[in-house]
Amino acid sequence: MAADSLVNWGLLSLSAPGWGGVLLQGFFNSIQIAVGGFTLGLALGIGGAFGKLYGGPVLRDLLECYTTVVRAVPELVLILLLYYAGTDLLNQVLALFAIGPVDISGLMAGIFVIGVVQGAYSTEVLRGAIKAVPAGQIEAARAYGMSPAKVLRRITLPAMLPYAIPGLSNLWLIATKDTALLAVVGFSELTLVTRQAAGTTKAYLLFFLAAGALYLALTLVSNVFIGMLERHARRGFAVNR
Amino acid sequence: MTDETTHAVAFTPEDLPTAKSFFLPHRIVMMLVFAAFVVAVAVFMRWDWLPRYLPRLGWGILVSLIMLFSTAILGFLLAVPIGLVQVTGPWFLKLPAKVFCTVIRGTPLLLQLWLLYYGLGSLFPQFPAIRQSFLWPYLREAWPYGVAALTISFAAYEGEVMRGAFAGVPPGELEAAKAYGMGRWTMFRRIWLPRAIHRALPTLNGETVLQLKSTPLVATVTVVDVYAVISKVRQETFLTYEPLLLLALIYMCLTGILVIAFRTFENRIPTRGA
Amino acid sequence: MKKALKVLAVAAAITVSGGVAASAEALKVGVAAEPYAPFTAPDASGKWEGWEVEFMNAMCAEAKLECVLTPVAWDGIIPALTSKKIDMIISSMSITDERLKTIDFSDKYYNTPTGIIGTKGQDIKPTPEGLNGKSLGVQVSTVHQAYAAKHFAPAGVDVKEYQTQDEANNDLAAGRLDAVQADAIALKAFLATDQGKECCDYKGEVAEDVAVIGPGVGVGLRKGETELKDKVNAAIKAIRDNGTYDTFSKKYFDFDVYGK
Repeated sequence: MAADSLVNWGLLSLSAPGWGGVLLQGFFNSIQIAVGGFTLGLALGIGGAFGKLYGGPVLRDLLECYTTVVRAVPELVLILLLYYAGTDLLNQVLALFAIGPVDISGLMAGIFVIGVVQGAYSTEVLRGAIKAVPAGQIEAARAYGMSPAKVLRRITLPAMLPYAIPGLSNLWLIATKDTALLAVVGFSELTLVTRQAAGTTKAYLLFFLAAGALYLALTLVSNVFIGMLERHARRGFAVNR
Repeated sequence: MTDETTHAVAFTPEDLPTAKSFFLPHRIVMMLVFAAFVVAVAVFMRWDWLPRYLPRLGWGILVSLIMLFSTAILGFLLAVPIGLVQVTGPWFLKLPAKVFCTVIRGTPLLLQLWLLYYGLGSLFPQFPAIRQSFLWPYLREAWPYGVAALTISFAAYEGEVMRGAFAGVPPGELEAAKAYGMGRWTMFRRIWLPRAIHRALPTLNGETVLQLKSTPLVATVTVVDVYAVISKVRQETFLTYEPLLLLALIYMCLTGILVIAFRTFENRIPTRGA
Repeated sequence: MKKALKVLAVAAAITVSGGVAASAEALKVGVAAEPYAPFTAPDASGKWEGWEVEFMNAMCAEAKLECVLTPVAWDGIIPALTSKKIDMIISSMSITDERLKTIDFSDKYYNTPTGIIGTKGQDIKPTPEGLNGKSLGVQVSTVHQAYAAKHFAPAGVDVKEYQTQDEANNDLAAGRLDAVQADAIALKAFLATDQGKECCDYKGEVAEDVAVIGPGVGVGLRKGETELKDKVNAAIKAIRDNGTYDTFSKKYFDFDVYGK
C-alpha cells in the first residue's frame, strides 16, 4: 500500500485488500433495482394512464389517490412503508389468489418499492403523452375498423412515444438515484456498501467520492442513450424553430 | 428536469380537488369506505403512544419546515447566479456552473449528504485551526451539513430551471429596456430577473414540494426532524405501520398546505402576457 | 381496461413469486448492516465475518439448520423479523423485557459489560455527575440508549442517538461527541483501531441496572416458534459443552465472553 501518498488508492482495488469489487457489486445491485423498478413502474404507468383516461369513475378516482399519495409523500417514507407493510400486503394478496406466502428477497422488495413509486410518476407522464396524441389520428384508426387493442398497439403507443420519452428518461434518472434510499432499509446497494467500506476503513471521502463517480457515470451514459433514443423517436417530426 | 417531470413527481396546484367535485354519487360512497377505513385504523391499531409524542412531533414538524424554507431560500439565491452565468457568463463561469449542475443532479442526495457529513466532517477536526475557530461549535452540530446538502441540491435543480427562464425571456423586452437607456444592472434588476422569476414560478412550486420530500434525509445524520421523531416512536414501541401511516399523513398535510399557499400566492400575481 | 389491469397484477404477482420461491428452505439470519467489530463486520470481499458469524455457523451446524446471513437495517431489524423478512436475529441483541413484548429470545449466548469511552484528556466518568453537560452518543434501540435515557439524560447529559454504532464512534473521533456508551468489547475493538487510538480512551463501566441492560445477548426469534427456539437452545448448550464455543471464542477474546 502506498503509505507515502495522501490518498490510499489501494483501497479501491478490485481484489481482497481493496473494496472496489464490493462497490461494483453494490453498483450492479443498484442498476438491477433501477432497471427492475423502472420496468415495473412503466407497466403500472401504462395501466394507470389508460385507467385514468378511459377507465370508469371509480377506477379513475382510485388511480388519482395512488398518484396523489405517491407524489405528496417523501420517497424515503414510501420506501419504509412499502418495504415493511407493502411486502406483507403482497403476501396477503397472493394468499387471496391461493398462491402460498412467498419469501420476498431484498432485491425483489427493492424492485417492488421503486416500481410502485415510479408507477405513479409514469402514470402522470404517460397520461400527458397520450393526451398529446392528436385525437384525429385515433379516430381515423377507429374509422378503419381497428379494435381498441389494435389502436393501442399500432397508433396510440407509437404516436405518444416522442412526447413520453423526455419525461420517462427523467424518471429513469430519478429511479437510479432513488435506489440509494434503499440503504436506509439495509439493502446492499451502492450507497450502503460505500458506507460500510468507509466505516471499516475510515476513508470516508475516498469511498463517497468513488461512489459519486459511479452514479455520475451512470447518469452520463444514460444521457447519451437518451439522446439517441430521442432522436430516433422524433424522426419524421418537423423541426421546430 | 423539465417542467413536465416536476409535475409528474411533485404534487402541484393543478392536482387540488375542487369543492363541488366531492359530491358525485360514487365519490360519496368512496368517501364512506375511506371513513370506515379510517375508523378501523383508529380503533384496531395501537395509538396509545400518540399523546406522549405529540410535543416532540410538533418540534419535529417545525424543524422540517425550517429546513425546507431556509434551504429553499438559500438555494434559490444561489440558483439565480448559477442560471444567469450559464446564459450570459464567460466560459470560465459557464463551465463550472454547468459542471456543478450536472454533478449534483447526477448523484443521489443521500450520498452527497453523507459525503459532507461523514467525509468532510471527519476531515475538519484534523486541522487545529478549524477546531479552535469560532465555527467549530457549528461544525460539531449536524444541521449545518443538512442545510448545506439540501441547499446545494436545490440550487442545482433550480439553477437549471433559472437557466431556461433567463434564456426564455423574449429578447425584444431586453432590447426595449436597452432602448430606454437602461444600464445593464438596471435592466437585470427591473426587467430580466423579474420576468425570469415569473416564468420559473410554476416550476419553483414543484421544486419546493420536491424539496419538502427531500428533507427527511437529514434524519440520517442525526438532525431531529419529524421523520426522526417517528423513527424514535418506531424504535421505542416496535410498531411499524401506525407511526409510518401517521408520518405519511403529516407529509400529505404539509404538501397540501404548501400547495394551497402557492396557489393563493400565484393567483395574486397577474399572469397577463406570461 | 379493468380486466387488463387485473391480468397485469396477477402476472406481476406470479413473476414475483416465481422469482423468489426457490430459496424458501434456508433460514435467514438477520444481522445489522454495519461494521460492528469484532462481532459482525464485512471484509473487503463483502463477506461477513467476526465472532458472531462463527457462532452462527457453529450453532446452525449443530442444530442442522441451513442459515443464510442477511444484512438488514438495525432500526428495522425487529419489524423485519415479525414481517418474516428474516427468521432469526443474531446481531448482539440483548434480551430485555421491552423486546420480549414483541419477539422471543433464545437463552443468552454472550454477555459483556457496558462501558463508556471519551475524548482523550477530557474529565469524563461513567456516572451521571461525571457526564454532566457533555454529549454522549448511543445507538438507537439498544440497551445503551435505554440506559442513557434512564440514568444520564435526566442528569443533564446531552444524549445523541445514532442509527449505527459505527456512526457514533466516527462522530466521537470527529469531535462531535464527548463520549460514547456501548458494549465494552465493541468499544475496545474501536479503541484498538488507528482512529480510536488517536482520539479516545476508555473511561470505565457504567453502574449495573439489570432491568434495563438485561441478562445478556440472545438469538431473536418470532413469538410462537417454540420448535426453532428449542433447537437453538439445545445447539447453544451443545456447542458450549463440546468446546466448539471456546475454540472459536479464543480467536477473538482472551477472556470468557459468555460471562457469568
